[in-house]
Amino acid sequence: MSAAPGVVDDLRGDLHTEHQRLNMGPSHPATHGTVKFLIELDGETIINLDVQVGYLHRGFEKECESGAWYQAIPYTDRLNYNSAILCNLGFCLAVEKLLELSTPERCQWLRVLAAEISRLGDHLTRCGAACLELQAMTPFLYGIEARELIWDLQEMLCGARVTSNYVRIGGVKHDMPAGFPAAAGEKIVKIRELLVDFEKVVTQNRIFVDRLKGTGVLSQVDCLRYAVTGPVLRAAGVPLDLRKDQPYLVYDQVDFDVPIGEVGDNYDRYLVCLEEMQQSLRITEQCISKLERLGPGPVDVDDPRVRWPAKGRVFNQMEELIEQFKSVTEGPRVPAGEGYTAIESANGELGFYLVSDGSAHPVKVRCRPPSFLNIQPLPLMVRGAMLADLIPTFDFLNMIGGECDR
Amino acid sequence: MTEAGSVALRRLLSEQAPAVLASHEDLGDATATLLPETLVEVMTWLRDERGLEFEMLMDLTAVDYLEQGRTPRFEVVHHLYSVACGHRLRVKLPVAADAAEVPSLCEVWPSANWMEREVWDLYGIRFSGHPDLRRILLYEEFEGHPLRKDYPKKRRQPLPGGEA
Repeated sequence: MSAAPGVVDDLRGDLHTEHQRLNMGPSHPATHGTVKFLIELDGETIINLDVQVGYLHRGFEKECESGAWYQAIPYTDRLNYNSAILCNLGFCLAVEKLLELSTPERCQWLRVLAAEISRLGDHLTRCGAACLELQAMTPFLYGIEARELIWDLQEMLCGARVTSNYVRIGGVKHDMPAGFPAAAGEKIVKIRELLVDFEKVVTQNRIFVDRLKGTGVLSQVDCLRYAVTGPVLRAAGVPLDLRKDQPYLVYDQVDFDVPIGEVGDNYDRYLVCLEEMQQSLRITEQCISKLERLGPGPVDVDDPRVRWPAKGRVFNQMEELIEQFKSVTEGPRVPAGEGYTAIESANGELGFYLVSDGSAHPVKVRCRPPSFLNIQPLPLMVRGAMLADLIPTFDFLNMIGGECDR
Repeated sequence: MTEAGSVALRRLLSEQAPAVLASHEDLGDATATLLPETLVEVMTWLRDERGLEFEMLMDLTAVDYLEQGRTPRFEVVHHLYSVACGHRLRVKLPVAADAAEVPSLCEVWPSANWMEREVWDLYGIRFSGHPDLRRILLYEEFEGHPLRKDYPKKRRQPLPGGEA
């Protein structure tokens, strides 16, 4: 007995399916970030994707514009909370540009030291959390253990583990404590060991490689058109790193390499981040030995606009008492003008565009958030890919809601 | 950085002179203010011209000068970066409060898409020719544009979905 001709045609033809729409997020266990994807699916293939950001918008810029200049610094901690010091640094450098201040050498080395520690913490979170979301718990724990050590160092520097508030306009909060170089030496050894363990579990792991290689590709040209920066851009083969290309602080005096990838897929992004951590450890060591050689010195600039007078004088002199009162209640008056300063944060170019009219409050505090621009071309990276490829792609873009949505 | 940046500004001033309203190089930031109607043409030129090669539109934002009493009230600010030449340029556009519309740059650099949506969302400046000018950080039901200086900081609005 043979089937009717119509049935055979049906079997040979494609199955008739309809596209379905899937809401993913804003709070989803496989994404470490508050974001919603509206996905159009054909089976498991992504046809289109709308990325909806803004869930963590809390009016950063409005808030900064209503306070004194220095009152914005704690808000910058909450932009990218994985690398708060880098955000402090970006903002303070921008204000210093308007004030035309240059900080003492010791302060600059301390800032680079703190910035690299912060970058390590960020990359560890990115790589660790990505493993967790690909259902590998062990490497995540290695990464988080190493991050704990980073946070121990951060705590020694500024008393806080996450929201550091360390970099100030014209200086840093404290010099490093006496025991810091020895503690950092020990912890760096331990972090290197953990990174070796991490690599052993992950880098050649069949499942990990299969899920990362060839997924989420973004070409060089598209990276530039979409103003993508940071490890995502470098993974596509563009060696843009502001620490090398437009060196700020003392980055021109430290020895480090800028790793780049070849094809710009998730695996390249992973390798670039891994190598950048090794480079950050190198820079950290150089900073510590340089700081030891420099010997004690001022860690903030001697400028009455941004520096509080010494307490002994405040208690005994009228002028200093008034100066202290003005510094606390009003903060610095920044000369009228506009300035844009960019630093290489863990995610890419973190820029601050500030406008002042000469008063004690900013007219404009614009933060150019690398996450916001890096996630914009996500539909381009995953269109035509499997739904499961969205997870590693999103992870290695490392979108941080606090910074993206401000 | 400063010297390379000023090369771009010099060339802009000599080769696109009618489009430039003002320029300065304060604090080492090369800055030009353009006539809004020439924007797309000049930006395309800046992107494609050999020796300038601004492949990246790094940043796009706006400033409200209401409290400074400036006319026109708004300024849209673009920051360009060239990887090939390693220089930067700031391009500004004056925008009047009542018109509040400028040409979109999505065709020149797709990175403009979300940043223009953000400026529309927070400042209420429209971008003509934008393919998808929706709010991005706030929700559709939100009233007003909060980064305008006349939007009170303490104003509260209900979240979408109503009272819990």
